[in-house]
Amino acid sequence: MKAATTRTLRAFAIELAIYAVLVVGYFFLVLHFLGGWLYQLEIHHRYTYAGVAILLIIGQAVVLENVTTLLLRIIRGRSE
Amino acid sequence: MFFPISNSHISPIYLAVVGFLIGVLGGFFGVGGSFIAGPALRAMGVDWNFAVGTDLAHIVGKSVVAAKRHRALGNVDLKLGLIMALGTIGGAECGAQLIQMLKRAGNVNLVVSVVSIAVYLSISTFMIWESRKTLISKKGRLPRGKVTGAKTKQDPSAFSHVTRAIQRLKIWPMIELPASGVRGISLWIILLVAFVGGLFSGFLGGGAGYIRMPSMVYVLGIPTHLAVGTDLFEIIISASYGTFSHAIKGNVDILIALVMHTGAAIGAQIGAISTQYFAGPKIRLAFVPLPLIGAAIVIYTLMTGHKL
Repeated sequence: MKAATTRTLRAFAIELAIYAVLVVGYFFLVLHFLGGWLYQLEIHHRYTYAGVAILLIIGQAVVLENVTTLLLRIIRGRSE
Repeated sequence: MFFPISNSHISPIYLAVVGFLIGVLGGFFGVGGSFIAGPALRAMGVDWNFAVGTDLAHIVGKSVVAAKRHRALGNVDLKLGLIMALGTIGGAECGAQLIQMLKRAGNVNLVVSVVSIAVYLSISTFMIWESRKTLISKKGRLPRGKVTGAKTKQDPSAFSHVTRAIQRLKIWPMIELPASGVRGISLWIILLVAFVGGLFSGFLGGGAGYIRMPSMVYVLGIPTHLAVGTDLFEIIISASYGTFSHAIKGNVDILIALVMHTGAAIGAQIGAISTQYFAGPKIRLAFVPLPLIGAAIVIYTLMTGHKL
């Protein structure tokens, strides 16, 4: 039981570290380039901005969910 | 990091950590977590209108992740979620109109504060009583281990006699919810529960998961795990509507929501997976502090005049 918990925690720590690297890359690449465009869109085209905002948050959710599921499968698959 | 849309400087790590905490709560309890996100954004100097709209956008993303995970665990009733979304949107619009009426009457703050304190305290008191009574009784003690598959449907409640009486009300049209194990219930009762949740959402702000999740369990008779998952699915639709509505009014900074969501995505999965290890009455008992935190925030605001 104790060994299983240690294995799960180690897998979770590796998963979190990989995820953190991916997220930092995401901050600097995607958000940096999107920031100016979204700001202009919010000022000049409110309805388009509203639609794009929902698509972005749902799109990010689907992508991140798939990334974490994949990480979970790879790391836990190897450790267990 | 500078966020030009809301004209604010906030650390992305702070946003990701706040998102993570809300994600865990949302994945486990099926709530939006606006009672934490709103004050957390306000504390960083984000204007109140941006805090409300941005929080809703972040709730959409977090609910997508948590609902997907709950769906994989068999905890989402799509039919029920779609019906409830209709009632919630209608209720939210009526709640917003009610707020406008009270604004015109000039006593909106006092009325909203008193109503919300009464609602939060009533929910907490009732849930402490019910979940403790269920856990003490024999049927409340489910076997240890993961709560999956058929075991998930066995969700004893000390309030089940009232739930059964509600399910026996034959008000046409009656519908069946096989995914939730409900053989027959009036469509109007489902819409009424969703409408009341939406009404409180429009009236008090946030997603009102603290009302909808317990209502689904106690009024509709949905097992707790399914109520959590279905509530999250329903929140995707109603919060998307709210996000769109706020975005066209200039109240959404989507960049903040995207950064917050990076933390929430992993938190929501942890919360959703954790529900497997707890029986329904234990989840309901653990839910009790959430409305109490909401009540404490309102009491603080009422006494000090500072909106958190």
